[in-house]
Amino acid sequence: MLQALAGQLLVGLINGSFYALLSLGLAVIFGLLNVVNFAHGAQYMLGAFVAWIGLTYLGIGYWWALVLTPLVVGVLGMVFERLCLRRLQGLDPLYGLLLTFGVTLVLEGLFQNAFGISGNSYPVPSLLQGGTNLGFMFLPRYRAWVVVASVAVCLGSWLVIEKTRFGAYLRAGTENPPLLQAFGVNVPVMFTVTYGYGVALAAFAGVMAAPIYQVTPLMGSNVIMMVFAVVVIGGMGSILGSIVTGLGVGLIEGLTKFFYAPAADVVVFVVMALVLLLRPAGFFGRSR
Amino acid sequence: MVSGWAALLALGLAAPFCVYPVFAMNVLCLALFASAFNLLLGYTGLLSFGHAAFLGMAGYVTGQAVKTWGWPVELGILAGTAAAAGLGLVFGALAIRRSGISFAMITLGFAQIVYFFVLHAAWSGGEDGLQGVPRGKALGLVSLQGNYAAYYFIFALFLAGFAVFYRTIHSPFGHVLRAIRENAPRAESLGYDVDRYRVLAFVISAGLAGLAGSMKAIVFQSATLSDVHWHRSGSVVLMTLLGGMGTPIGPSVGALLVVTLENYLSGYGSWVTVITGGVFIACVLAFRRGLVGEIQARVSSRR
Repeated sequence: MLQALAGQLLVGLINGSFYALLSLGLAVIFGLLNVVNFAHGAQYMLGAFVAWIGLTYLGIGYWWALVLTPLVVGVLGMVFERLCLRRLQGLDPLYGLLLTFGVTLVLEGLFQNAFGISGNSYPVPSLLQGGTNLGFMFLPRYRAWVVVASVAVCLGSWLVIEKTRFGAYLRAGTENPPLLQAFGVNVPVMFTVTYGYGVALAAFAGVMAAPIYQVTPLMGSNVIMMVFAVVVIGGMGSILGSIVTGLGVGLIEGLTKFFYAPAADVVVFVVMALVLLLRPAGFFGRSR
Repeated sequence: MVSGWAALLALGLAAPFCVYPVFAMNVLCLALFASAFNLLLGYTGLLSFGHAAFLGMAGYVTGQAVKTWGWPVELGILAGTAAAAGLGLVFGALAIRRSGISFAMITLGFAQIVYFFVLHAAWSGGEDGLQGVPRGKALGLVSLQGNYAAYYFIFALFLAGFAVFYRTIHSPFGHVLRAIRENAPRAESLGYDVDRYRVLAFVISAGLAGLAGSMKAIVFQSATLSDVHWHRSGSVVLMTLLGGMGTPIGPSVGALLVVTLENYLSGYGSWVTVITGGVFIACVLAFRRGLVGEIQARVSSRR
């Protein structure tokens, strides 16, 4: 009984780590570029696939993939920002959403053509195989690593945004880009770098997810809907808020799986509806 | 203007003799769906990313009413439409509490609830959907089993639905919607209750989308999960964008183009998704006014 509950809570915590990583990237991109990056899920999928392809065809192991994949996917994101997203500046933000939605369809379709829809499995790295018996439950080492690493990356990002010079520019750019540019900061480059960073976070999450879930072309679109709900629940604008909400929503999902499994698919959206009813701006949001 | 509408009407009447009637009916259903969506995006400025929920849910309700409960087909369609409008009232009232881009994410989330509900509910057939829905008889007299009879039945429903859409956008109510789209705070300061207008527009749009879904269930004699899936919500955005949002007939033209494209590419598997995505990107980057919008702009700049 207790074992099952603890197991589901662990699963929830892991899902929550991914939600936190992804919603953090979404929040950073939205804050500065005013773009809702629908392709975030596809970029997460891309991260998992780049790692899998690297391992299967080039023999690049997990640890190298963890470093290289975010770089590769992040650079792809920056190229995309430069060539496409840049053209939509000053237009209604819905065009950014629609453009990235189109990108999602293209990426998912291409990967389905190349690899089919069935899953590919990615082995757990040898250093993190096995686990520890905590008495009330068995803790697989890789899963513990995922939670710790995700939270560390999230907190690191938060520190960068709150404490460094670049972070100060980023926060200033979120408030008023033209003014920041008038002070001599190269705002267009900041846009590109920030988008690349958000995308790299998604790819990082993808590599981390590869050994846990099956690597499939559709793995991203299921997650992105959840992450959107997380963003609505947390409210746009707060970095720390998106991390806390991501983990919290994962835990709620885990609890639901334990108490009433059929509702686990929708509980996040029901919570979203309740939040809209009771606290329309979201838990950490400032205004509409 | 009048001659233009007469030509379109004639085209609609002649269509089943020129193309396969089921194809023509599919176009009509999705054209009404896209018009309903256009009422929100093009005329109220709200991007709903979950409109498939209304199309699909209405299809399931109609299918269930006609097949299991043995209701006459008109009543089944009415039930589907009413269910979609009721769903629209609940979702709309909650979703308009956030404006702008959050609205899109919220409607997407609500549509996921409907998707999983339909997937898991005991009566809806899970992955298979509802199969073998009878077409029945129109008014209890004319059998709709034949494709030509069914076509004119569907065409009449389409005209009725489109008339509601057209009347709405040209009514004083529709003008207020446009004012809200252009500048919501200003509309509010003029004394209009913006939230009420938005919810009402959402309900009308959901109801019309539901009518389209009910029609579709009768045409194909089935209700399927693909009509509740978020891909469908995306494809109605594409239809509207491609044809021209904020133009009365643009989304219908877009529906014709998208259905034709899907038909020709149906043998190529996932390439349909890739090409749909590519068209999406091209539309957003280079062709934001859409086909009909572009023609309108050309004509008016020549004057």
